[in-house]
Amino acid sequence: MSSTPYKTPELDSRNAATIGKSVKIVGQIFTKEDLYVDGDVEGTIESQENKVTIGPNGRVQASIRAREVIILGQVQGNVETSDKVDIRKDAKLVGDIVTSRISIEDGALFKGSIDIKKAEPKPAPAPSPAVTRPAESYVAPAAPVASAAGGVKR
Amino acid sequence: MLPERLRSIFRKESGPVSPGTPSPVHSTSGARATLPPGSPNRRSGRKDAPQTRQSRGLEQFFFNIRDVVGLSVLDCAGANQENIDFLINLGHKVYSQDLVRNLDEAFGTDLNEQTNPSRIDYFLRQNFDYPPETLDGVLLWDALQFMSPPLLNATVERLWEVMRPKAYLLAFFTATERALEVPSHSFRIADSKTIVISERDIRPAGQVFNNRNLERLFGKFESVKFFLTRESLREVIVRR
Repeated sequence: MSSTPYKTPELDSRNAATIGKSVKIVGQIFTKEDLYVDGDVEGTIESQENKVTIGPNGRVQASIRAREVIILGQVQGNVETSDKVDIRKDAKLVGDIVTSRISIEDGALFKGSIDIKKAEPKPAPAPSPAVTRPAESYVAPAAPVASAAGGVKR
Repeated sequence: MLPERLRSIFRKESGPVSPGTPSPVHSTSGARATLPPGSPNRRSGRKDAPQTRQSRGLEQFFFNIRDVVGLSVLDCAGANQENIDFLINLGHKVYSQDLVRNLDEAFGTDLNEQTNPSRIDYFLRQNFDYPPETLDGVLLWDALQFMSPPLLNATVERLWEVMRPKAYLLAFFTATERALEVPSHSFRIADSKTIVISERDIRPAGQVFNNRNLERLFGKFESVKFFLTRESLREVIVRR
């Protein structure tokens, strides 16, 4: 067994929007890129085509819909993914899961139900446009509460 | 009633008492044998290597729900990849919780709290808040044996309500009658008749469990079936 501390590879993702650990957001979050949440979120998180990671400091009271969800912190709410849910050691999830695949590490806490939906076959990719615009994130303006430090970073 | 030969086997088996621990307090009432003052409520077990063994109870449980998919099965072992994968691969919806851990969260270390009606009600709402006749199967493992009589009766009554008619429940109890303390285990399903058991810690037994008490406990259910194992475990299959 490796003694190397677990390193969150998700942090290396250059394209992920990040909610820092001193940030609290109350409302709805929609994003078209990967999202890393290490702060507090109450409401909903939606990122249908992308990955949402709840960092070790993340405390989320929200339903989450995404392609893939990785949980290292605490989540209270339902999680629905089209691909995979990954609950890591020391993570806590209280809520119901609907997903195609699930992975739970020893030491994770989970209370709720797991409903497996077969992944729908992906349609053939459409030809991509020549010019691509940067992905966008949108935080619905429902009374966000953010402290001075941290913030939504790119 | 058990045959005398089996009874003698039970008598020979000693509980998991560590050096320096007082010998078990025997009770004739069926109620919890009280720990001497100053005894810790629970302590670390021996942390032996996980043991793989056959389980007739588990085999019977899955035999009874064979050839059916889409059932709702509650697994009280706490979330682990093996159990979830096994149940999902059978095509079932899995409800998961760690009932032994939740006992600690609801009642703390004071065992007298397990007789507190409001705490019992809170525990039931936290753990068995399902609509009536929701569950097609319940894997309770060994959690019931750490419950005091009021909590145990209330839990079994609630299970009866949330289980569908003809649904099955699997529970494990120590076969060491009147043990003061019994180990709690984690249970992982290897296949439909094999489990991997590892000891978590040692806890006070909720009360005396023998076949007669268990038949009375599940009296509202349609049938109760016992399997005796070599590991001082009594596996019980109950049909709603």
